[in-house]
Amino acid sequence: MSTTAENKAGFGSVLWDYLTTVDHKKIAILYLIGGLFFFILGGLQAMLIRIQLIAPDNEFISAQFYNEVLTMHGTTMIFLAAMPLIFALMNAVLPLQIGARDVAFPFINSLGFWLFFFGGIFLNVSWFAGGAPDVGWTAYAPLSLFSESHGVDYYAIGLQIAGFGTLMGGINFIVTVVNMRAPGMTYMRMPLFTWTSFIASVLILFAFPALTVGLFLLTFDRLFGGNFFDPEMGGNVIIWEHLFWIFGHPEVYILILPAFGVFSEIIPTFSKKRLFGYSSMVFATILIAFLGFMVWAHHMFTVGLGPIANSIFAVATMAIAVPTGIKIFNWLFTMWGGNIRLTSPMVIALGFVPTFTIGGMTGVMLASAAADFQYHDTYFVVAHFHYVIVGGTVLGIFAGIIYWWPKMFGTMLNEKLNHWFFWLFFIGFHLTFFFQHFLGLMGMPRRYWKFLPDQGLDLFNLISTIGAFGMAIGTIIFLVNVVMTQMKGEKVSGDPWDARTLEWAIPSPPPFYNFKQEPLVRGLDALWVEKMQGNGKIQPAEPLGDIHMPNRTFVPFVISLGLFIAGFGVMYQGAMWILAGIGFATTFGAMLYRSLKDDIGYHVHKEELEEEGDGSNG
Amino acid sequence: MKGWMTRFKAVMALTVMALILSGCGEPFLSTLQPRGEGAAMLLELIILSTVIMLFVFVVVMAIYIYVIIKFRQKKGQEDFIPKQTEGSHALETLWTVIPIILLLILAVPTVQYTFAFADVNTPEVSEEGEELDQIWIDVTGKQYWWHFEYEGLDVTTSQEIYIPTDRRVYLSMISDDVIHSFWVPSIQGKMDVNPTGNRNEMWLQADEEGVYWGKCAELCGPSHSLMDFKVIAVSPGEFEEWVEDMQGVTGEEEPETATAQAGQEIYEENCLSCHAVGSSPNKVGPNLTNFADRDKLAGVFDMTEENLFEWIDTKGEEMKPGNLMVDAPYDLNEEEINQVIEYLMTLSPSDVTPESADNGVYIDSDLSDLFPEEEEDADEESEEDDEVDEDEETDEETDENDEE
Repeated sequence: MSTTAENKAGFGSVLWDYLTTVDHKKIAILYLIGGLFFFILGGLQAMLIRIQLIAPDNEFISAQFYNEVLTMHGTTMIFLAAMPLIFALMNAVLPLQIGARDVAFPFINSLGFWLFFFGGIFLNVSWFAGGAPDVGWTAYAPLSLFSESHGVDYYAIGLQIAGFGTLMGGINFIVTVVNMRAPGMTYMRMPLFTWTSFIASVLILFAFPALTVGLFLLTFDRLFGGNFFDPEMGGNVIIWEHLFWIFGHPEVYILILPAFGVFSEIIPTFSKKRLFGYSSMVFATILIAFLGFMVWAHHMFTVGLGPIANSIFAVATMAIAVPTGIKIFNWLFTMWGGNIRLTSPMVIALGFVPTFTIGGMTGVMLASAAADFQYHDTYFVVAHFHYVIVGGTVLGIFAGIIYWWPKMFGTMLNEKLNHWFFWLFFIGFHLTFFFQHFLGLMGMPRRYWKFLPDQGLDLFNLISTIGAFGMAIGTIIFLVNVVMTQMKGEKVSGDPWDARTLEWAIPSPPPFYNFKQEPLVRGLDALWVEKMQGNGKIQPAEPLGDIHMPNRTFVPFVISLGLFIAGFGVMYQGAMWILAGIGFATTFGAMLYRSLKDDIGYHVHKEELEEEGDGSNG
Repeated sequence: MKGWMTRFKAVMALTVMALILSGCGEPFLSTLQPRGEGAAMLLELIILSTVIMLFVFVVVMAIYIYVIIKFRQKKGQEDFIPKQTEGSHALETLWTVIPIILLLILAVPTVQYTFAFADVNTPEVSEEGEELDQIWIDVTGKQYWWHFEYEGLDVTTSQEIYIPTDRRVYLSMISDDVIHSFWVPSIQGKMDVNPTGNRNEMWLQADEEGVYWGKCAELCGPSHSLMDFKVIAVSPGEFEEWVEDMQGVTGEEEPETATAQAGQEIYEENCLSCHAVGSSPNKVGPNLTNFADRDKLAGVFDMTEENLFEWIDTKGEEMKPGNLMVDAPYDLNEEEINQVIEYLMTLSPSDVTPESADNGVYIDSDLSDLFPEEEEDADEESEEDDEVDEDEETDEETDENDEE
């Protein structure tokens, strides 16, 4: 079972290993590969959009294809790139940070990944089956009902499958944090990344059901004559908007909170200081999550909800700026008086602070309901949410990947290339999106296939496209770095950054059981406490004993594959119903098998563990 | 309403924000160069929020730059372990309370303005203290064009909406298919046009005459980006003239030339079932009553005969992808199309055209002639009319001022 043995194994056995793994660290790698794949795909779509908009009245791609590309760019980036990459970090780090041997439900964890994977593939099959969804990632009815190709069906069913996976992942992490913390790891000693992931998981639990319901209604409207959103039949199109944004707004906090967590780990580590105002950071996180559920209608200021609703949602939205501001100042004051090392994760964190501040500023401007009558659905909004999602979430993800890369793979990404990646990506990003604020104010609505000449929009669009190429080149450098680093395979120690939290107390990559003995946590920043007050090693909370581990299983893959197949049957109907039969039979059969078969896992025995060193970061 | 802003005039004067912003974009399209009451109010709000937010940004960046320069690791300090500060209640309270205050400063005008924009029921009052008649226009959004019916005036038009300057007109909006959004950046913010049966209402007001570009701001299909329209703001007197001219059109006027007459016949056989001429409830396709006066063809193309020929010939298939005219059953040869074009180019019932918005002529009117049902007191009405007539004359003479 050791990693060296696997390295020597053939491709087939490695593949089988990953197809059947329930180890959170390997699932993290699966999420990382899946997320990066879709990130590249979404990035290529973004490049098509920017090339189309490089000049006025451009005919580079057709109007129909443009709408498909813009829809798939948004959908892919949110659901298939940002979410899984965040799950990659959560899987890789969260159990280690709380001193757990795995997540609470390893089987569900694996199922969550495979559902996401098959959902994502399902959605992208649409490209080859008559056209991708073409109605925007928001899929507003009734446009989504009128869309003629099967694209929107692929959207509804694909996201439904992927959404199940996300929901399961969220529940899993909630239970993990509640139940699996090591002795001494009280809630108020949890690292901020664990806290924000925990809160994000709670958000997933409450937000995703709204999406599930919305997608079900949409599926029934399109495939079974449901008429929930069809105004001709007495349906109401606004209900979709509410359902979508009741999910959609918390979703942006699901994306950003773990990124906040990443930076709350990186900044203390590289400032050599504990996080300033830890408890107010936790409180701010919870407050953001709470308020995040009462602001969804700020996406709908122009719908005509009336001034009372608009005012309430405007003020509630502005309120979110307060806890977010607390976070920004706490980060700044963590650095204040510190000993700042400008490593690449830290430089990304430093790039994040002003970028996200600008995103937050435009967020408050957008919250002003009346002013939003001008901003809404223009490039101002496009600029705003790219500042928070790219400037916040994506920078957070990349900083997290670089920071935890040694923990995940035992190797260190080349620092020089990391810096190159960051600066190209960062400058490209600001070139791309800063000027889009002005494009919006100058009268350019979003989702425009073409802008016309002589409207004063040419220059900023050109600059924006040039910037996009900078981001693309930066990303390529990152990927080259990944490949080169893994080819070289130079191993590093368990604690290469001189960090503070528990995951750095064990080897890199950690053994499959993580902690040989359950660790005893003696304070916030558990490893730092031991570095300052002890011998730099985490004290065990139990004597060495047998470790209970879950068995590997192929069942999650089969369950997900069944739903994937069933999706086609439900969509194409007629003779294809047979596929639905086969698919659902596969899924439910696999679930039945899982329920009936008693799988009690296995034990790693004390004697084997004794041979393998002391389990510290050595 | 303006009280809030005057208090901030001092702050704003200190900033060059407004100056920088006003250099942005084209005056017929940019929200930063408002030409109407709505856009002007919204720009005030935009500037207020920008100034507050820039203040926050400056504070953050000042601390940020200081911290990076001051506390960056120096040579020989690699092992230095700083004091592990837990936090500071005083500081944390400070950066909680100050943002709350800043947000309240923004929240109050936001709520005020939000209510001000939603108010479509209080009629405007003239300088003499009399309530002005409300001009209501029914707006219908369709893939990918706009239809306008002037309530009580028996005027129908499409794509280009005429409004009088210096008073509000009120819009009652609904969609016939998917959700659209009605946006004229330089005079008013946008509002969605929903198909559900709940009409959205808003007002428009232009301070200056001009041809303002309107945009659809909600993704509505392949030609979403080509669903432009125009708001043609003309002086009230010109507007009155336009309405009267439009009211006179029945669609049965015979054009002068023989080709155009032939074109009219072809038109009646092939086009009329969708494209009405004259006031008509028919809105299958755009109303063409004043087609020859249009500023743009189909919202975005130059009004040339070549473009028009291509449109009729190809049914706009390539020009506006996804447009519903491609299903029209007609089949015309080149000669017939040219005859139709000649007929269409005679559809110019009024001397008030988009050019009237730029010619500097300003004719005043209180438009009360357009609403004869309110003749409660005939004497007063006629007196007013006289005054108006005088105004018209004097205004035309002293119009050099407006020509800048």
